[in-house]
Amino acid sequence: MEEKKVKILEELKKTFPDKIKEASAPFGDETIVIDRDFLVILVDFLRKKPHSYTMLLDLTCIDYMDRKPRFEIVFHLFSLSNNHRLRLKVPLPDEDPWIDSLTFIWKNANWLEREVFDMFGVEFRGHPDLRRIFMYDGFIGYPLRKDYPLRKRQPRIRLRK
Amino acid sequence: MGPSHPAMHGTIRIMLELDGERILNSEVEVGYLHRGFEKTCEHRTYFNLLPYTDRMNYVSPLINNLGYVMTLEKMLNIEVPEKAQYIRVIMSELSRISDHLTCLAAMAMECGAFTVFLYKMKAREFIWDVIEQTTGARMTTSYIRIGGVRADLHPDYEDVLKKAIGETKKVLKDVHGLLDKNKIFLNRTRNIAVVPPEMAINYGWTGPCLRSTGVYYDVRKAHPYLVYDQLDWEVPLGDRGDNYDRYMVRMKEMEQSMRIVEQAMQKIIKTLRPSPTMAKWLEPAEAIRISRIQKTDKKIRLSPNLEGSEKDAYPDILAKDRRYIVPPKEDTYTSIEGIINHFKFFMKEHGIRPPKGDVYFSVEGGNGELGFYIISDGTDRPYRLHVRAPCFHVVAALEEMIKGHYVADVIPTFGSMNMIGGELDR
Repeated sequence: MEEKKVKILEELKKTFPDKIKEASAPFGDETIVIDRDFLVILVDFLRKKPHSYTMLLDLTCIDYMDRKPRFEIVFHLFSLSNNHRLRLKVPLPDEDPWIDSLTFIWKNANWLEREVFDMFGVEFRGHPDLRRIFMYDGFIGYPLRKDYPLRKRQPRIRLRK
Repeated sequence: MGPSHPAMHGTIRIMLELDGERILNSEVEVGYLHRGFEKTCEHRTYFNLLPYTDRMNYVSPLINNLGYVMTLEKMLNIEVPEKAQYIRVIMSELSRISDHLTCLAAMAMECGAFTVFLYKMKAREFIWDVIEQTTGARMTTSYIRIGGVRADLHPDYEDVLKKAIGETKKVLKDVHGLLDKNKIFLNRTRNIAVVPPEMAINYGWTGPCLRSTGVYYDVRKAHPYLVYDQLDWEVPLGDRGDNYDRYMVRMKEMEQSMRIVEQAMQKIIKTLRPSPTMAKWLEPAEAIRISRIQKTDKKIRLSPNLEGSEKDAYPDILAKDRRYIVPPKEDTYTSIEGIINHFKFFMKEHGIRPPKGDVYFSVEGGNGELGFYIISDGTDRPYRLHVRAPCFHVVAALEEMIKGHYVADVIPTFGSMNMIGGELDR
């Protein structure tokens, strides 16, 4: 099992030598860092055999407020046939946080991307219906950003008719 | 439909576009139970945020505790004593049973089978008796702690557990008899909301819902944790992926869970726990007075709500590393090392400080893969904590599942998915 894990990182580095910015395995979780314009190509490659990462386990975002680039989108992919998880990280700059939507590949990306948009204000280009999911329309700000205070209050809004 | 519709247990709103009784289009609106769990966790220490995890999937809080705690243990590289691992297995399997019972009870009730609902609730009460006896709480348990569990099993747990399993088996038999060939139930479940395996994978389904489509994936088998690989059990699969299969897979899974509990009960190391009422133990005030003059080795009586976490039980239930566990109260009361240990653990900016980095770990929750993703910046609070809620992915598929069916089919379809508001909205 251990040997196989290393292989995937090595193989990816060999296939896309200039695209993989970083490949490591902190606490045993294989992670690769890539640029946002390479995301769709890589995901398409990983989705097919023999890697067959057919499942999008999770999608979330981290806000490193004092770091450049500020945001980082984190994908967890899972391959049922190889029983292996892979983490993809895509850094996004503060000025224009956008990334390509993966809704055309995975259907659950729809809600996951809406959640990240709701909480962090990251724009997913090509998303069919990018709205807030947990918060209401008319909510101001992005609650999971680090500059949003824990106890911030929101102005009252009118009842929907 | 919803957010406060009698069949929308857990608040969710479904907007339906109808042609007579047929659903043309629908839109699911979630977020009514959003409490900012992830934001709150960023402002709590690793030890303090444990009770918040209870409130996610409130039907199986112990599995939530386990998921969070094991993620942190992976980060800190803590070794958990074997007995604590067995206790964790028993507790999470009992939670799974109670989770499935609740889901199916609600589903059956909404189809009109109120008897089934009452039977299952009865069984759940027996399961919760076991949980309550050991953890001291029914729902908000916070029992599984970093490095182990909070307290040892109750001395009489075996009898209560055997009774709970016996009763649950009876109930399952009755329910099989009531529902399996029931025409009304079958009409609402057979071939309704069929999900092919490709679609389930595409939606990121895990747990019983994924297995009902025939895909063999269970976190307990795929990435074994605790002692699951030492126990003998099977993963039940469905073949069609309709409502009925989701019901059946859950029923079969409960049987497997009971198999696991029974084996764990056999294998668990039995340690005799001295009863504080029998022995002549020192009162805390007395012990503190003596300790001011000299060191005392006598046993100290603890308050009843600390039952099970006496110093003698510590090697069985908690890890050895004193940096990550609450020191025994006996030490805190009577020795300077103990009290320093206590303060170092609870003081701001001290306590548990994992190394920098990010870690993902998942356990098999009642609804599927319950994953925690923690980013640590080296301080005593998580920089960010994200939960992979299994039913988020399941509910995301609801719109597509009910399209073209009747309004009456929404209810069992929704029921068979086991949507838990606290977990979905976080």
